[in-house]
Order: sequence, then structure tokens, then C-alpha cells
Amino acid sequence: MSNATTAAHGDNYLNHEKGLWSWLSTVDHKRIGLMYMATVLTYFLIGGIFALLIRLELLHPTQTIMDANTYNRMFTYHGAIMVFLVVVPAIPTTLGNFLLPMMLGAKDVAFPKLNLASYYVYLAGGLFATASLFLRGADTGWTFYTPYSIRTSGTVILVLTGAFIAGFSSILTGLNFIITIHKLRAPGLTWSRLPLFVWATYATSIIQILATPVLAITLALLVMERVLRIGIFDPAIGGDPVLFQHFFWFYSHPAVYIMILPAFGVVSEVIPVFSRKPIFGYKAIAYSSFAIALIAFIVWGHHMFVSGESEFAAFLFSLITMFVAVPTGVKVFSWVGTMYGGSIRFNAPMLYAFGFLELFTVGGLTGVFLATLAVNVHLTETYFVVAHFHYVMVGGTLMALLAGMHFWFPKMFGKMYSESCARVAWFLILVGFNVTFFPQFILGAQGMPRRYWSYLPEFTLLNQISTVGSWLIAAGFLFTAFYLIKALISGEKAPSNPWNALTLDWQTPSPPPHDNFPVTPIVTDWPYEYRPDGAIVPIQGAAPLPA
Amino acid sequence: MSSTHESAYPVHHVGHHFNNASDEFEAAKQGMWVFLVTEILMFGGLFVAYGIFRGMYPEMYVEAHHALQMKMGALNTIVLITSSLTMALAVSATQRGKKQRAIGMMAATIFLACCFLVVKYFEYSHKFHEGLLPGAFYSNTEITNPKAPLFFSLYFMMTGLHGIHVLIGIGLISWMILRSLRNEFSENFYTPVELVGFYWHFVDIVWIYLFPLLYLVS
Repeated sequence: MSNATTAAHGDNYLNHEKGLWSWLSTVDHKRIGLMYMATVLTYFLIGGIFALLIRLELLHPTQTIMDANTYNRMFTYHGAIMVFLVVVPAIPTTLGNFLLPMMLGAKDVAFPKLNLASYYVYLAGGLFATASLFLRGADTGWTFYTPYSIRTSGTVILVLTGAFIAGFSSILTGLNFIITIHKLRAPGLTWSRLPLFVWATYATSIIQILATPVLAITLALLVMERVLRIGIFDPAIGGDPVLFQHFFWFYSHPAVYIMILPAFGVVSEVIPVFSRKPIFGYKAIAYSSFAIALIAFIVWGHHMFVSGESEFAAFLFSLITMFVAVPTGVKVFSWVGTMYGGSIRFNAPMLYAFGFLELFTVGGLTGVFLATLAVNVHLTETYFVVAHFHYVMVGGTLMALLAGMHFWFPKMFGKMYSESCARVAWFLILVGFNVTFFPQFILGAQGMPRRYWSYLPEFTLLNQISTVGSWLIAAGFLFTAFYLIKALISGEKAPSNPWNALTLDWQTPSPPPHDNFPVTPIVTDWPYEYRPDGAIVPIQGAAPLPA
Repeated sequence: MSSTHESAYPVHHVGHHFNNASDEFEAAKQGMWVFLVTEILMFGGLFVAYGIFRGMYPEMYVEAHHALQMKMGALNTIVLITSSLTMALAVSATQRGKKQRAIGMMAATIFLACCFLVVKYFEYSHKFHEGLLPGAFYSNTEITNPKAPLFFSLYFMMTGLHGIHVLIGIGLISWMILRSLRNEFSENFYTPVELVGFYWHFVDIVWIYLFPLLYLVS
């Protein structure tokens, strides 16, 4: 009980040790989670500035602010930074690191030192990739397609090395999480009582450990291609550039589920809390994550319908791709089923969960359009594809990240933010997002190709609408940064469980003590027993929550 | 855990987040297995590339493989399998608390690993000399198949990645010897040695696949 007393006196993980070095050398998963968050958000700012510049250039059909070569580098860095350094690690490394041990009732992840090492590996990868910015840069697009990526001048090797290194961070984090979930669950926390965020993280980790090593060897071969001219991807000496595409998408398609599955996990936690109802279809949501993870590995060919794939292969890949919609649909219907008949509270996290549902559903369904062979041939390499994956990656993952950040902000920092500010920012981001990307569906359907610096004059109006939308998003994010920083400095003190949520992470003070729990919890139930007259806390000896 | 011989064998401190030493041991072992799965997938990319080009250019593979020195490859196979035996003996000696024997066996493993690299060095320098080099650097005139450079690209990438793993293994085993000398291991705590053993057997198994695929094409 001595721990509980110190916790009551304000000893928590933020002030347990002091000084910069205590952060840089920490093995506390909560601090590592915050360090990841700071770094990921920094890269998000850099990638976001590139996005704004790209949109600004596209304000006019001819040159607005930069020449074509600069533009090529811009979209390459926007893509590479956002994919490898922001969206892939966004939820697992920040919320995942912070929450996974807490949701399990554990004191830390299984390998705390490895966890810190993963952070520095990630940081090193990011520094490599961004260092090349100050040299000649790269203009390959984030996909590094051969043979162009072999021949183009510029510092492609640095970017490849950065992505290669960052990949190991992803692998080690996945490994750490899998073992943590197996070995460090609190007494009574059986598999069928695990929070859905944990299930989603588990499925994500499986993809991370199985797909990322293939990316590693692919990027290593491409580096060798540039250094030693080994020719494996180079048609000049009998190599096969399409083999590169196969290898690349064997990672990069599953990688989109690395991006979206943790988002599903966040939404699955937020919706029942703010609907005050038990989650609908617990097992369906949990298992469908694994169904998605499995199918993820056998659909990569749908990125290559026009790359000379056989018609039979294309037919199979198209069919299997459509199967992805089934487990995904199971989830969406389960979330809607959870809300049905609930008493919904429109707090900021729930608003972002709604935003997620709207945008992700549009993104997911346009994915089915693109999986259809005949439609794909028409839409491939157009802005329709750009709009589709932004609806999934930004509308899905980023909305869920924002939902999660607003949901767990009080737990992480022990402060409350301004709810009304959060609503304004949410509105700006949601509207701005649709204004930016919806016109791109139309542009794509009309045939505007992606990755070009200029466009035909008849596309001007829609492009200008899209650019104005990007300013709205930027305003929304700046405002979010403003009120969250303000909350950090002068926010009201947060109670330990402001949303009356049931997962273990909420059954401890805010911010949590160094060892997470004053006493190791003994779990007696699943964490979704919300009832019209209150909620049942799934811990031995805990009092029920009021309605 | 406390007993009189603590000073001779410093007790390993179980991580504060584990319930007991056996949980910690199991977690470490599972972690190593998962890590080896990721290794298999990384090598897997190269094996797939090997398979695809073998399907595309089967005659070239037969012609090019004659340039490899089969006897040296076979010798290295024997050397590595023996090193797996010495490593297994080292692990078992550590588990039984026989420090001197464990250190001797690990030293033998390092010696055999170095033998492997020396043989590899002679093989590589022979190929450099003959111009049997990857891709654009290929300059051999005896094997005239225009696709032959691809075979040597794959040869150097596959054996190179494996060679890097051998080097890392030497480093890890040396570290284990150092920790043994510092009396860090006992019958109660031998996790790191066992895990390095896992790794070393994996490196060995990769070579057991590489040898027939590269040297014994027909």
C-alpha cells in the first residue's frame, strides 16, 4: 500500500524521475510512448508542410510556387515520411506503447530495453531519410519503383536506408507486443476478456513481424542495385522490375492494415464508452482483425493490375481483395450496432469516432471500386486512387489517432482540454478533409493523373477547391495543437476516470504512477459491461460506476 | 533465492514487471522464436528471387554453378554443423553450471565460425580473381551465358547476408564468454546463452539450405 500512498501524494510517471536524461534513457513504456508521440507529430508536421506546398503548387495549372523537379521531390518526401514515419508507427508506438501494458494490468512491456532501442532505431531511420532532404533529395515517389529508382540521380540510397532502419523498429515493437500480450496479462485477464484495442494490436503486430522483414530485404536489394548494379530488378541484364513491385507490395499492402487495424482498436474502445452500452459483437470484432491480417498477405497483386500480371492472377487478386470488405463490414456494423439504442454522448473522442466511421466507410467502399478489374484499369494512377487512400489513411487512421489522443489525453497528462475548442477543431478538420479530398474522386474519374506537376485547364476549379480544403485542415490541426498545449500548461486537473470507462487503464490515477497500478488488479469480467443504470468495473473489489 | 553461495554466483535479478524467473525465461524464449521467424522472412525474399530466376533461366543456373567450388562449400557445411554441436554442448554445460566447459565449447564454436569465414574468404577471392562478380561488374569470359551475372548477384547477396549473420554470431558468442567469465550464469539463469544458441542453429540451418541451392544445381 505504500505505493498507493505515494501515488496519492502526486508521484506519477511524469515526475517520478526528473531531467532530460531520465527521459532519453527511460525504459518506462509510458514515457517511451510519449517520446514516440512527440517524434511522430514532428514528422507529421514536416510531412504536412510538404502536403500544403503540393496543394499550393496545384492551385494553378502551370507553375505556382515551384518547378517540376522540386514538386517530384515534394510528393516523394510527403509520401515516404507520412507512410514510413507517421501513419505506420502512429497508433502502435504512441497509444500502443502507453496503453498496452496498462490494459493488461502489467507494469511494462515484456522487453523494456528493447522497447527503448526500437525508439532510437526509429529515430535513426527518420534522421537518415530526412538528412537526404538537405542533399539532392529523391524523386522516386514513396514506392521506389524500378528501374527508375535505380537510374535517377539524387540521394535515393539515404531514403531507402532510412526506411530500412525504421522497419526494424516496427519489427521489434511488434515482437515486444506479441510477447507482452502472451506473458504479462493480469490474473483473471483471459483472452475473451481482453480489450479490443489489445486484440487489434495483436493482429497488427503479427503483420509487422511477418511483412516488414520482406520490405527490409527488398530495400536492401534496391540499395545493392544502386551500389553494385546487381541487376535483380534491372531488365538490362535479365532482371525483373516487376519482381520489385511484387516484393514491395508484399509488404506495403499488409502495411496498410498495420495502419488501419490499430485504428479499429481505438474506435472499438471509444464507441461503447460514449454509447454506454456493451460492445456489440465482441468476438466478431476481435476475430475479424485476424481475418483481415490473414487476407492482407494474399491481395498484393491488386496494385499491379496494369503491370503485366496474367489475367487469371488479376482475377484472383481482384476477388480476394473484395473479401477484405467482409471482415471490415463486420466491424463497421458491430460499431453501429453498439451505438443502436445506446445513450450517446457527443464528447470529442466520440465525434472523432463518428468522423472515422464516415471517412473510413467512403475510403473502404471506393477500395471495392478499385478492386474491380475493369474500373481499376480506368482509374489506376489517377487522383481517384489518391483520394481513396487518403480517405483510408487520413480519414481512417488519423481520425482514430485523434479520437484516441482526445480519449486518453486526461490519462496521459492528468489534464483536461477544452471540449468546445475540440469541437471546433473537429469540425474544421472533418469539413476541410472532405473539401480537400472529395473533389479528387471526381478529378480522378475525369482522368486527371496523379503525381503530375501540372494539369489540363478544365481541372482548375476542382483543384482550387481541394487546395482551399487543405488550408482548412491545416487550420484545424493548428488549433488542435494550440488548445492541447494550453491544456498541458493550464488545463484543469483530470480525474482518474473522466469518461467512466471500464478498461484497466482507467482504474488507476491520472497520470498513472511509475508502476502503473498501486496494486496489481485481479480481473473478474470483460471491460464492456455498461448498463443503463451504470457500469460494472471488471476488477475484484471495485465498486460499480454510476450511470 | 537467498543462499550462502550467492557471492560466488550472483543471483540474476528478475525484471520488476515479471512475476517470477520462469515467466521471464519463457517470455525471452518466445521472443527469440518470433525474432527467428522474422529472420526466415527476410532470407525468404532472397530465396524467392532465387527460385523465380531459376525458373526463368534454368540452363544458366546449371552453367554458372560449375564456377563454385563444391568441395569448399561441402567443407564449410561440415564446419558449421560441427559448430552447432559445440554450441549445443556449451548451452548444456551452462545449464548444468559447468562454467569452464561452457567457455571452452563457446570458444570452439567461435573457432569453427572463423574457419568458415576463412574458407569463404578464399572462395570469394577466387571469384573476384575470375571476374565472377555481381551484375554490371561481371567480367568472366568462360561462362558466356548473358544472364550469368544474375546468378552471381544472388550468390553474393545470399552468402553475404549469411556471412553477416555469422559475424554477428561471433560477436554474440564472444559476449556470452565474457559474461560467463563474469560469473553471470548459473543453473538458475542461463537464458542469454540458450538464446544465442537458438540464433546460432538458425544461422547453421540457413547455410544447410544455401549449400545445395547454390553449389549442387543440376
